[in-house]
Amino acid sequence: MAEDQNTTNSRRSFFEKLGLAGAGVVAGSLAMYEAYQYEQIKKTEGKKVKLLTADGRLVEIDEAHVQSHTEDTSNLQERGRVGMEGKRFVMVVDLAKCRNARKCVSSCQNAHELRPEQYHMNVLQMQESPNTAAYNMPKPCQHCDNPPCVSVCPVDATFKRQDGIVLIDNERCIGCRFCMAACPYNARIFHWQEPKNALGESKVDERKYDVELNVPQKKGTISKCLFSADRLREGKLPYCVEACPNGVYYFGDEVEDSVTNGTTKETVRLSKLLKDNSAFQLMPELGTKPRVYYLPAKNRLFPFEKTEDPIEKTNV
Amino acid sequence: MSSEKVKNVAKPVDLEILKRDLYGHINLSTSFKAWMGFLTLLLGGCLFAYFIQLKNGLIVTGLRDYVSWGMYLSNFVFFVASSLIGMLISAVLGLVGIKWITPIARIAEIIAVAFSAVAGLVIVSDMGRPDRLLNVFIHGRFQSPILWDVTVITTYMVISVLLLFIPLIPDLAIGKKLDNLPKWLKKVYSILALNFIDSPEQRKIIASSIRTLLILIVPVALSIHTVTSWLFAVNSRPGWDSTIFGPYFVSGAFVAGSACVIIAMYVFRNSYKLKDYLTDFHFNQMGKLLVLVALVYLYFNINEYLVPAYKMQKAEAHHLHELFAGRYAVMFWLTQLGGLILPILLLLLPKMRKPKPIFVIALAVLLGAWFKRFIIVVPTMEGPFLPIQHVPHNYMFYSPTLIETAVTIAPIVMVVMIVSVLAKFLPIIPVYETAHENGIVTK
Repeated sequence: MAEDQNTTNSRRSFFEKLGLAGAGVVAGSLAMYEAYQYEQIKKTEGKKVKLLTADGRLVEIDEAHVQSHTEDTSNLQERGRVGMEGKRFVMVVDLAKCRNARKCVSSCQNAHELRPEQYHMNVLQMQESPNTAAYNMPKPCQHCDNPPCVSVCPVDATFKRQDGIVLIDNERCIGCRFCMAACPYNARIFHWQEPKNALGESKVDERKYDVELNVPQKKGTISKCLFSADRLREGKLPYCVEACPNGVYYFGDEVEDSVTNGTTKETVRLSKLLKDNSAFQLMPELGTKPRVYYLPAKNRLFPFEKTEDPIEKTNV
Repeated sequence: MSSEKVKNVAKPVDLEILKRDLYGHINLSTSFKAWMGFLTLLLGGCLFAYFIQLKNGLIVTGLRDYVSWGMYLSNFVFFVASSLIGMLISAVLGLVGIKWITPIARIAEIIAVAFSAVAGLVIVSDMGRPDRLLNVFIHGRFQSPILWDVTVITTYMVISVLLLFIPLIPDLAIGKKLDNLPKWLKKVYSILALNFIDSPEQRKIIASSIRTLLILIVPVALSIHTVTSWLFAVNSRPGWDSTIFGPYFVSGAFVAGSACVIIAMYVFRNSYKLKDYLTDFHFNQMGKLLVLVALVYLYFNINEYLVPAYKMQKAEAHHLHELFAGRYAVMFWLTQLGGLILPILLLLLPKMRKPKPIFVIALAVLLGAWFKRFIIVVPTMEGPFLPIQHVPHNYMFYSPTLIETAVTIAPIVMVVMIVSVLAKFLPIIPVYETAHENGIVTK
């Protein structure tokens, strides 16, 4: 019995010692790691960088405290689905200024890696009736507040965010194309073949999929205008708005009641702009409640030119 | 009508004659093997076309950004339509007590099972990412009509299989004892016969379960084609933006299905020597049924085209012009005149309701029914609200490609295979029911 007690005791004391030694090792390495970190910080001390915090303040901190951090796909997906809090994005297109320069189209196609015949944004030549004037009409996705495309999607691949933007998640899309049938504006395109920048069969695109840019694009899925949600997150204007040489686009936030012209960078009151110019929406009778407004094509500075796009002679 | 005395068999029969006549075609004949071999080869070719589509994407079809739904979707509508006939014949006519459907009911159910089983595959062939099919179940959102369609088509298929199987149980029980059937088949029969010994309790269970299913299948069948019509009607495009699409599609479905049944009746009557069971009387009755459903469909067609044509609203006007006098005029008038109006007029004449002429008319009706779905799907997509500009020429006008045609034919071949196999290895005229109608004791 006594001997028994003894064995138990010695086993217990062994574990005690082992635990003590373990704790010592952990504490030691932690101390060394901290010291190493400190040395690292000391090395770069003095260099300051300016950063914008999440709540919008500009702060200056030591570069050594900055850690590089890349967003992973699930993180991008999560914030991409939620959208930007407190914002209601809106676009105003001044038809009087558009002369079909198509810079909006090409910058959009560049940013989203689209083929020449694929449009998130297209400029159409319109004429309501034979006796009325023809005009150019840029046509992005209308980012409807009552989007028919979102209603019919069977898998929640396309969705409406709190900031008003309608996005498409090409990692979930099954390619049924119901949304294309539902959209009265033909705002959606489909990747009938491998997208423009596809790497071929053997290689995998290593880039992380950003639902706010919809890049990399994927074969067999839908793509559409995203109001350049990736640019908005950085506080910049959309690609098309920025690229326009003629001051056609205003873009901004309905909550702030302000929109900024992409060319002149002039910021104006949204409500005043719409009222003063008798703004209208595309096919409002369908009840889609678009977030894109048009200003009528009156008092134009240039004559309308009917142009033929050589692409219409090709077959793809 | 229910008390009407109907003579379904053209000659005096006893149980032995029934067994000889109605199980007579069940054997692995050389002609059947050759037929199945031919179908397999054809299917193989079509599946190769699908493989090319999988590899290269839907670029191999004629579909593009404006006409993004085409032949696959219209083929799908045709499949769902044709499958509805099971419900019309067995349930609607059966529940009101019409007796002449006895030898036709199983043919109608086989057609219903085949078309509803393959309809799902037709939709998969249209998907850009068939590898993500499971997303429909993982991420399914119930406000999308696609989810409703998946639900009701699956339900309809299950009920149709049961409606084929349960009335078959007594026939399997008779068949498992026959000497001239292949041994393996008798084994299958005896497993599927579920120990049916024709006891009063078993008869009661079978009768009541059939009745329950017949009642259940009516709303389900109406749902599948109504929901399928809503795939189009929920969109605001000209030509689809219609409130009568549900009944319009359902009535059209009965036309297509009746034509299918008449064609199948004619083929089985000749190749399986069933002239005494599928008589001129049955063709005559089916002819009258086809006239009835075609008249209802014509009524909906007049509503669907005449009312918008009277108003000529901008977008509708463009669409209707394409149909009446434009790019789709030939196809439109052929389906309306050749596939609907002319068959109605011809079938009013009794001599046109004889097997051979009605078979030819049914072929025309079925062909017209297929192209009618094309007319419903494609021209609408070619005439969107906003102009089609700055896109390649083939984006403006849809023309199906060879590969697309092959992929469209694949499910049709599958249906023919399913019907062929089921009709080959099962008595297609219900033996037990025919015996009881003729006062023959089967026990």
